[in-house]
Amino acid sequence: MDDLLREFVTETNESLNVVDVELVRFEQDPANASIINNVFRLVHTIKGTCGFLGLPRLEALAHAAEALMGRFRDGVPATSDAVTLILATIDRIKQILDALEHEQREPAGGDDDLITGLTHMAEALDPKKPAPMPERSVGTLVEQVLERPLLPGEDSLDDLERAFRATPVDPPQRRAKSPLAGAVKDDDQKNGNQSIRVSVETLERLMTMVSELVLTRNQLLEIGRRHEESEFKTPLQRLSNVTAELQEGVMKTRMQPIGNAWQKLPRIVRDLCNELGKQIDLEMQGAETELDRQVLDLIKDPLTHMLRNSADHGLETPEERRAAGKPERGRIRLSAWHEGGFIVIQVADDGRGLNTERIKAKALTQGLATEAELAKLGEAQIQKFIFAPGFSTASAVTSISGRGVGMDVVRNNIDQIGGTIDVRSVPGVGVSFTLKIPLTLAIVSALIVEAGGDRFAIPQLAVVELVRAHGGSEHRIERIKDTAVLRLRDKLLPVARLSRLLGVAAPEQFDTGFIVVTQVGAQTFGIVVDAVFHTEEIVVKPMSSKLRHIAMFCGNTILGDGSVIMIIDPNGIAQALGSTATTQLQSAAANDANAVDAVETNTSLLLFRAGSTQPKAVPLALVTRLEEIDARKIELSNGRHMIQYRGQLMPLVSIDDSVKVRSEGAQPLLVFSDGTRSMALIVDEIVDIVEDRLDIEVAGGSAGMLGSAIVKGQATEIIDVGHFLPLAFEDWFRRKEQKVAARRRAVLLVDDSPFFRNMLTPVLQAAGFDVVSVGSAAEALAHVDGGRTVDIVITDIEMPEMDGFALTEALRRHPRGVELPVIGLSSIVSAEAIERGRRVGFHDYVAKFDRQGLIAALKEQSEFGRAA
Amino acid sequence: MSGETGTLHEYVTAQIGGQLIGLPILRVQDVFIPEGLTRVPLAPREIAGVLNLRGRIVTVIDMRRRLGLSAEGAAEAPLAIGVELRGESYGLLIDAIGEVLKLDPDAREPNPLNLDPRLARVSTGIHRLNEQLLMIVDVDRILDIAVDSMAA
Repeated sequence: MDDLLREFVTETNESLNVVDVELVRFEQDPANASIINNVFRLVHTIKGTCGFLGLPRLEALAHAAEALMGRFRDGVPATSDAVTLILATIDRIKQILDALEHEQREPAGGDDDLITGLTHMAEALDPKKPAPMPERSVGTLVEQVLERPLLPGEDSLDDLERAFRATPVDPPQRRAKSPLAGAVKDDDQKNGNQSIRVSVETLERLMTMVSELVLTRNQLLEIGRRHEESEFKTPLQRLSNVTAELQEGVMKTRMQPIGNAWQKLPRIVRDLCNELGKQIDLEMQGAETELDRQVLDLIKDPLTHMLRNSADHGLETPEERRAAGKPERGRIRLSAWHEGGFIVIQVADDGRGLNTERIKAKALTQGLATEAELAKLGEAQIQKFIFAPGFSTASAVTSISGRGVGMDVVRNNIDQIGGTIDVRSVPGVGVSFTLKIPLTLAIVSALIVEAGGDRFAIPQLAVVELVRAHGGSEHRIERIKDTAVLRLRDKLLPVARLSRLLGVAAPEQFDTGFIVVTQVGAQTFGIVVDAVFHTEEIVVKPMSSKLRHIAMFCGNTILGDGSVIMIIDPNGIAQALGSTATTQLQSAAANDANAVDAVETNTSLLLFRAGSTQPKAVPLALVTRLEEIDARKIELSNGRHMIQYRGQLMPLVSIDDSVKVRSEGAQPLLVFSDGTRSMALIVDEIVDIVEDRLDIEVAGGSAGMLGSAIVKGQATEIIDVGHFLPLAFEDWFRRKEQKVAARRRAVLLVDDSPFFRNMLTPVLQAAGFDVVSVGSAAEALAHVDGGRTVDIVITDIEMPEMDGFALTEALRRHPRGVELPVIGLSSIVSAEAIERGRRVGFHDYVAKFDRQGLIAALKEQSEFGRAA
Repeated sequence: MSGETGTLHEYVTAQIGGQLIGLPILRVQDVFIPEGLTRVPLAPREIAGVLNLRGRIVTVIDMRRRLGLSAEGAAEAPLAIGVELRGESYGLLIDAIGEVLKLDPDAREPNPLNLDPRLARVSTGIHRLNEQLLMIVDVDRILDIAVDSMAA
């Protein structure tokens, strides 16, 4: 293609994008003359250039559009019809430009339909009075003569000249970063003369060269590592630094403000408004946030799709909104910000929220889940079904978003670039989608590890921490049947040996190695590797098409020593691990004050058999250790079974008489520890670890049983650990009791889970407290209201309707609750949650299963209460 | 440039597992010694691994496995024939490289009916040479490694 023509196409396309945005802005703000002047100037330039290049179709179209816009400039109010018509014209111009780019000439065809419409409208809008003269113009006007009569609606050259001079070339003022549509454009218009146009191809080539340079640098560094005392050391270091800077610089040239991906959105929203009969305000925040253009290209479509979804499904019609007591105009807010090596993009609407019931019904009909499974799921989990393949809740297929592709496609796109997507919805308040996307895909920092004799790279972004595990250390890998878990601080992480996942495992012991604690979305898990080397900036190269199906890898790379290694895809590992043993990190939900109740109420349960064939279960977190001991080591002392365990005598307790202590072979035990004391429960067989919702449906009939629950589709007895502890040490609870006050202090226990109420009540009673337990914050407040004595409140944090934070705030406002000590109980122990708890007035904050910590906190608070 | 000299076709010949094969010369990029081969876990059996050839990542095909030939007599220092398909580089592992032959396409005979199906699916015909039979293989078909074989 002729250079001139190519330049024209590029420039015109850019101008048209501006026109698109500006026209929509103008329609909303018709009084702003600078906008229409700007648009007018752009269209006029297009027209002029078309004439020069001999493009009659484009010229005629631009001319007719310009004539109509002239009317607006003259002060005729912009009608929606007129703007629609001009936008349609611009679309046609874009089509022609497209054809022009490919065929190097204007396509055949006419545009009379549009031109007639435009001319008619221009004539209809012709104001009786002459156009108001601009207030001032710069320079002298040379009278210009046109060698033909004016076309209908055409301005005289003088008028045009005046319009030109009156139009500020720069936008009149740099708008503050207001959350208004159109704020996007300001930056690009500003730096016209300080930037040059470089083709994307050139940049790509530059990037490839830099990638190669990085590889060569890595190679040299590798050689340098082997020769400690080399004179190359210093220049090598300098080369390394310069390369790093160069890499950064080139990366920067690839960075584009996300606003570029948003440019088309105001126009889309406007068209949607017309099509759907809705009124929608589009707010954009953080349009200047930059990210790699490759990533930008990949998220354009998903973003557009999400926006369409919000407009189509999310927002209600004006009537519905009025009926719901909301402003008639719906709002969609797009925002973007940087967070670590990620860019976070949020699409939020203030519509009706996701319809959980419909999602449920749909999940059922699509066979994604059974009724029983759905019943166990929380709102947040049900909402996640919208990401399931082929899922779309719109009952009628509309032209807007119901095209058989849905959020699953969006999620796939986001997955592919290593991003995550999350949804939060509050009925009647709105839905927000949050995307977290890496800033760049080309060069990433990776941890080089070894598994099964080969090296692999794990993207650093997914790595949370490294843990060294061996038999005697604090972090041990424990195994329950085939499920391996790592007890890491207050969490239990599923772990898997990389070599086994990859099928390259040699028979070896499992208990040692490095654990790469990895996070993917809300899942945290451990990848066990044989060795960890170092981190390296690696250039991601796509997998061969013959190997791309392997979910464990997301690419390969050439290391400094020239060898090729595979890059592990943490998503693939997460999938391979399955969801059964995956702990959900809930801190994200706790961090967000506006978080919709996204708390998963699943509990990890240890399933075992003892006595009967019916499985029994105990919350895994209560169990300190699982042991298998040699039955011959069991001693009988004073009629009780004991074993020497870690230098102490540990009593063994049977669940009931039907469980016999073995005399030979291996005896499985569940060890419970409290401070320095340990006891073990004798069981026949440890079956599995499952994660399930714990609903005790039938209260326990026999001693030691809390009741029965359905676990993994099977009726399972849940044992009451509190019952067995005193069997081992009669004073297990009593020794604490002795330390508390003479008067039994009254504890109000608030927890929505009957299980925890049942579990904690006996523990607290045994510790010498009077316990009243209630199932909700509302009941708790009613209890306090009722004038009953309450000395200390223990409240769960995650509860439906009103959570622990809100309860505490409510108590603080209550005349009887101002001074009341409150202890927060939660499975979420993050710094943010603790800080939040402190703000609302928690006196203490205890992890949910930390019985010892709870008793200590109670003791402290009750003594404090007495002193006060 | 053309692979035909008059009406003759040019082939690069190679020995693999006792079989002489011929590849159209136009498809052959180069012949190299495969060094630093990295095996790829979970990959199809026919894929020996990947390696770095002058900054490019090359997928190396184990021709023995691909053609269902016996593992016996494998060369201690194998060679690889570099080929390309849709912008990607591949290396076909062979035992030894032979000479370039110019052959009359009319002399090419169709695959015998009883040819091992694993050979038949990549072979486009047989040339009878003085000493032995030359099997002409189709590069695209060699690289058409089906997903179903990946499960193995």
